[in-house]
Amino acid sequence: MKIVDLFEEIWLALLSNKARSGLTILGIVIGIGSVIAMISIGQGSQKSIQSSIQSLGSNLILITPGAQRGVGMQVSQGRGSSQTLKKDDADAILSGIAGVKSVSPEVSGRYQVTAKGTNTNTSVNGVVAAYSTVRNVNVEFGSFLTDQQVKNMSKVAVIGPSTRDDLFGEGASYSDVIGQTIRIKNINFTVIGITEEKGGTGFNNQDDVIYIPLTVSQQYMTGGDYVSTIAVQSENDKVMTSVQDAITQLLLVRHNVETADFSIMNQADIVATASSVTSTFTVLLGSVAGISLVVGGIGIMNMMLTTVTERTREIGLRKAVGAKRKDINFQFLGEAIMLTFIGGILGIVLGWIASFIVSHFFSIATDVSMFSIILSFGVSGAIGIIFGYYPASRASKLNPIEALRYE
Amino acid sequence: MIECNNITKSYFNENEETQVLKKLNFSIRDGEFVAITGPSGSGKSTLMHILGALDTPTSGEYKLDGRNIADFTDDELADIRNKKIGFVFQSFNLLARTSVLKNVMLPLVYAEFPRSKREQIARDALARSGLSEEHYNKMSNQLSGGQMQRVAIARALVNNPSLILADEPTGNLDTKTGEIVLKTFEDLNRKHHHTIILITHEMDVAEHADRLILIRDGVIINDYKTKK
Ligand SMILES: Nc1ncnc2c1ncn2[C@@H]1O[C@H](COP(=O)(O)OP(=O)(O)OP(=O)(O)O)[C@@H](O)[C@H]1O
Ligand SMILES: [Mg+2]
Repeated sequence: MKIVDLFEEIWLALLSNKARSGLTILGIVIGIGSVIAMISIGQGSQKSIQSSIQSLGSNLILITPGAQRGVGMQVSQGRGSSQTLKKDDADAILSGIAGVKSVSPEVSGRYQVTAKGTNTNTSVNGVVAAYSTVRNVNVEFGSFLTDQQVKNMSKVAVIGPSTRDDLFGEGASYSDVIGQTIRIKNINFTVIGITEEKGGTGFNNQDDVIYIPLTVSQQYMTGGDYVSTIAVQSENDKVMTSVQDAITQLLLVRHNVETADFSIMNQADIVATASSVTSTFTVLLGSVAGISLVVGGIGIMNMMLTTVTERTREIGLRKAVGAKRKDINFQFLGEAIMLTFIGGILGIVLGWIASFIVSHFFSIATDVSMFSIILSFGVSGAIGIIFGYYPASRASKLNPIEALRYE
Repeated sequence: MIECNNITKSYFNENEETQVLKKLNFSIRDGEFVAITGPSGSGKSTLMHILGALDTPTSGEYKLDGRNIADFTDDELADIRNKKIGFVFQSFNLLARTSVLKNVMLPLVYAEFPRSKREQIARDALARSGLSEEHYNKMSNQLSGGQMQRVAIARALVNNPSLILADEPTGNLDTKTGEIVLKTFEDLNRKHHHTIILITHEMDVAEHADRLILIRDGVIINDYKTKK
């Protein structure tokens, strides 16, 4: 049997029962469409989480007090109250370790803040000038804290845009804000800058925050010489591991302990943790959608089995006039593959549209990747072959006379 | 050359055996024109199916051109049916919702005949079967019984087979069209030396043949040359 003839037979057979072919194709369209849409949602959120982690700063190593409690725990804020890190540690890291670009010792706490009669509860971070580069925080109006102000214990503050909105009203112009006084724990601070909007990042909202000099914070709020985080920026990503190891050694010696009384992790770890969460999420979404793909495949098998039964006499006749096993096999297998192929193409289009709608109207990041298209196309091809094979091979083995007598 | 040695055919229904053909022995030489006749239910069609390599005997051996049919694979048998044998079924077995021409061209599809030549060959075969051209593009299920019969005959002729097996080919035809069909068979036999075996109930049809085999209850009770 020539290929053209095969295609003609397949095409005519599918057209001869349009409703059934259409419904079977619909099953595959829904299956493939949902796989593509779900994977695109999963991969889209993976990408957006990764980029927001990158926005926290680049080549970052974070040191926090208290022993390591597993990677997952360290992502969240609010670690135990152990006080093992000091400002001196940060200075030692900066001066003693090669490959370190800058170091940002930080303390943080939540306090009630008032200004002009309004008040809000927000996160108050005691930082140094390096914070702005290490943490990738830019000032939109005014200026960030300087080392001079930190050293002089100046009562100055840089506030985030959300905090500005809370204290001075939505979108208050900078001239109405810069130079104003805010009160934190009964101490007056002069606002000297407003940071750029970063958007919520899932872990903490970097827009609802107040930065004051580290020295002031230690003196009047947290007390003592302790810091809650030391953020270290390495010169590039290649030295990250060696810098991290060197910091660990240095702090062990400085703290004079055997096992670390601090935990240290780098950005790559954070990204990896977040990625593993989101890829689990992607797999989960994908497999739920995959179930509908399997259901679609069963639809094909069902249709092919019905077709073979209905057309038993036709198969008998074809064999009687010379059809070989492979001719019958290819004809029915071809029908199944053709159904999945058409369903696959339409499903990809549908999945694409669905993920566009999701990202456009529900502002969920989506990313239709070549991978998901190839995956679902491969799966649909495999479904066509697997689910078409059994009915087709059953048809091809029929004895012509028995088939012709079949009612 | 057809050789049947002790051929039997039994059907089994719930372990109950019905023997339809009982130890048949006969042979048919190339170029013979044979008529098989006998009462209804005597096993004529069953025998034809075996001779046409569509069915296998329960026991005994059937040799076609010297080779035992049991030695062939499924696909080899399909090839033999396609190239050597033209079979006219008693119940026609046309593809429904398929045009007359497509029905007739079906064996050519499996013979991988060039697509461009198929239609002409099919038209020739239809003409030789006595079907007029106005019906060629009709769907097979829009035809009368006699018209279907002629399509079935054309399909058997289309591959120019050397062995034609026709199960009551004139059963649904009036005398005139029946004569056209029988004339075609005769021509094939006389001019091209194709072997023709046909089943019939009518004696005047049987008389077109050179030899007559009479079957009753699965046994050959008479086998003789006709007067002609
Ligand atoms: N699949 C089958 N299962 C059981 N019995 C069968 C089967 N096919 C045929 N028979 C029986 O075999 C016998 C012979 O049938 P066959 O069709 O060969 O008769 P025939 O000689 O062609 O009759 P007719 O002249 O009516 O066409 C019949 O009695 C029939 O009942
Ligand atoms: Mg019969």
